[in-house]
Amino acid sequence: MAFESLTEKLQNVFKSLKSKGRLTEADVKTALKEVKLALLEADVNFKVVKQFIRSVEERAVGQDVMNGLNPGQMVIKIVNEEMINLMGSETCELEFQPGKAITVIMMCGLQGAGKTTTAAKIAGKLKLKGKKCLLVGCDIYRPAAIKQLEINASKQEVDMFSMGDSHKASDIAAAAMAHAEKNGHNIVIIDTAGRLQIDDDMMKELTDIKERVNVHQTLLVVDAMTGQEAVNVADTFNKKVGIDGVILSKMDGDARGGAALSIKAVTDKPIIYVGMGEKLSDLEQFHPDRMANRILGMGDVLTLIEKAQENLDIDEDRDKETLRKLKKGKFDFEDYLESMNQMKKMGGLSSILGMMPGMGMGGLKAGDIESQIDDKKLSRVEAIILSMTKEERHDPSLLNPSRKHRIAKGAGVDIAEVNRFIKQFEQSKKMMKQLPGMMGGFGGKKGRFKLPF
Amino acid sequence: MEENLINEEINEEEITEEEVKEEEIKEEDIKEEKKGGFFRRLVKGLTKTRDSIVGGFEDLFTASEIDEDFYDEIEEILIMSDAGMEASEEIIEELKERVKQRHVKKTDECRELLKEVMTESLMKNPPDYPYEEKRSVILVVGVNGAGKTTTVGKLALKLKDQGKKTMIVAADTFRAAAVEQLNVWADRAGVDFIKCNEGQDPASVVYDAMQAAKARNTDAVICDTAGRLHNKKNLMNELEKITRIINREHPDAYVETLLVLDGATGQNAISQAREFLNASKVTGVVITKLDGTAKGGIAFAIQNSLSIPVKYIGVGEAIDDLQKFDAKDFVDALFDKSTEEEDVNA
Repeated sequence: MAFESLTEKLQNVFKSLKSKGRLTEADVKTALKEVKLALLEADVNFKVVKQFIRSVEERAVGQDVMNGLNPGQMVIKIVNEEMINLMGSETCELEFQPGKAITVIMMCGLQGAGKTTTAAKIAGKLKLKGKKCLLVGCDIYRPAAIKQLEINASKQEVDMFSMGDSHKASDIAAAAMAHAEKNGHNIVIIDTAGRLQIDDDMMKELTDIKERVNVHQTLLVVDAMTGQEAVNVADTFNKKVGIDGVILSKMDGDARGGAALSIKAVTDKPIIYVGMGEKLSDLEQFHPDRMANRILGMGDVLTLIEKAQENLDIDEDRDKETLRKLKKGKFDFEDYLESMNQMKKMGGLSSILGMMPGMGMGGLKAGDIESQIDDKKLSRVEAIILSMTKEERHDPSLLNPSRKHRIAKGAGVDIAEVNRFIKQFEQSKKMMKQLPGMMGGFGGKKGRFKLPF
Repeated sequence: MEENLINEEINEEEITEEEVKEEEIKEEDIKEEKKGGFFRRLVKGLTKTRDSIVGGFEDLFTASEIDEDFYDEIEEILIMSDAGMEASEEIIEELKERVKQRHVKKTDECRELLKEVMTESLMKNPPDYPYEEKRSVILVVGVNGAGKTTTVGKLALKLKDQGKKTMIVAADTFRAAAVEQLNVWADRAGVDFIKCNEGQDPASVVYDAMQAAKARNTDAVICDTAGRLHNKKNLMNELEKITRIINREHPDAYVETLLVLDGATGQNAISQAREFLNASKVTGVVITKLDGTAKGGIAFAIQNSLSIPVKYIGVGEAIDDLQKFDAKDFVDALFDKSTEEEDVNA
């Protein structure tokens, strides 16, 4: 489970702070020492960690503990805010040239970072946005790299341009531009060979391409599992070639992705996409705040709370309604569907459960949750709810055998599964009743799990 | 072969003036040195690694008093090499212990002690190479982009040069053009090649390969597998199945499972090693791409937390850039030149 031990670590630290009445300098220091270790274990670069700890310490020591927060929560709040500061607070998009002008994107990175796969993924993504993409194979060194790009291009049903491996990369790129103009492509994605950032000749190959072709977006692909090296790699690529954005690949692994923080800190370039799987569709938008939260470990819970708080400000009534529903367990299928969709957006139910304070630590092990919930099941559940009428969704008590039968037919599942789901739903409702208790910050009385805000 | 030559040329050119000078000096030393080829390559490959680790260490061993700051700085350098918190702390503790035992007072006397401790921590599980003696199947596993296919190619040449009848099996049926890539390596190494179709069940490819190996009386079968993230349950199950089939279909063969780790990987390497160990009994680790600035400190982390020996390191893209791991050389190469010379002459 991603970030699990980091979560546990931070939770232990902040638990030790919870009992104390005020935030003292010593408190902050002890807490931050543990935060430091945890971040190092997450592969955040040592120097970045040091700097980060310093800035948090400066902010935290001497600051008043806000009303309604205990010292531990206060430290978390500051750590969290500084993490988000570091990661940048906005989600970035690729920038395109106006009108019909061709936007040129160049991929670069170390060997095995995932450039070729990512290039094809981007092409597929932009194709969905109505762009006409041309993939260009400039990796003339690795055996079969061009073939790989060619196969991926045909899978994505986008055009591909290559000239074999006996031409210079910059020549191929230039020829590709002519080809693109002739054939009306408005996006050109140049895939380059993997290279070490200290290999000056290979780095020159990239600058050569940039001299020959007007590259609008140079994207550095970095393996999310990269350790302390991430800083050197990103910094050197940025200095020697100049990068405009970063793509973090293999984020579907269990690496904690500390590299993201390091890269952002040294280059100040946005991370645009994250690679979330081997399928060519698995490329997602990067959310800096979410990532920061994820590295911190209490991430998605913080997000949930933040959202709840924001909502509270904007639409107090509606939110009170949600809270009331949650508290009283008056929670219908419509809400269930809604929360399911939200959870899906945040990376699945299991990852959220795993990140909830207490859940990760308590009896429920991440693996257990994972085995109970798989994505296929979730989509069947979705189908079941969608097969209900509005009335049924609001009032589960309406569900008699005949209605259930119809729902089962509509969802294409066995009636037993419908029954099982309804039973499970009742159980979830009970669980939801406990949730307000966990939201100690606003409303719950004596929550077992206090939240940071 | 042509591509190989191009790579060589590029490698040659990339050496900066400074390095050339170093190279000359080294070359002289190494001429009298039997293991020269390896050491030179390692030193060359690890030059950047060395620069960054030693760059830090050099300032440390000034004849000042040993204090907590000194240890903190060593720890910092170790962590910066991806050795990880735990392994770094263990090394420091051991160093402190020995400093006390041997009544060392000044930091400059610590250098050899630290090298000693670092070497020993890498030698907890010394590497062995049974497949050089026995009829074997070597399964190469790892996450995506670690360098498995390249390692397979390099290893095939190594074994073939030892006079073994070697066969490469392409069981990466998932990634586009993986088979073609491996085919190029098989041609370069000049060994037998069993291929599959994209999308074919890799286990069935391995099954066929085992029959072929028995029929052709092959000494060493090297199976390349698709890159898989270690937290993907179904892919790890697939690996288990492949392992099962090898054991069942070729029971006389010694089975070696090599886990390939990217030298730039951080602490996630431990998680990788653990999961791959579970799925297919990993018997050795290969750390690749150590010709960059990556320090390969995960070697320490792996040794510290799991009992798998590091067997090879990859220090370049050329076909003979796969080297047997030698803890002493590895640590020596991380330290400065004067020390190396002493060691080489000793």
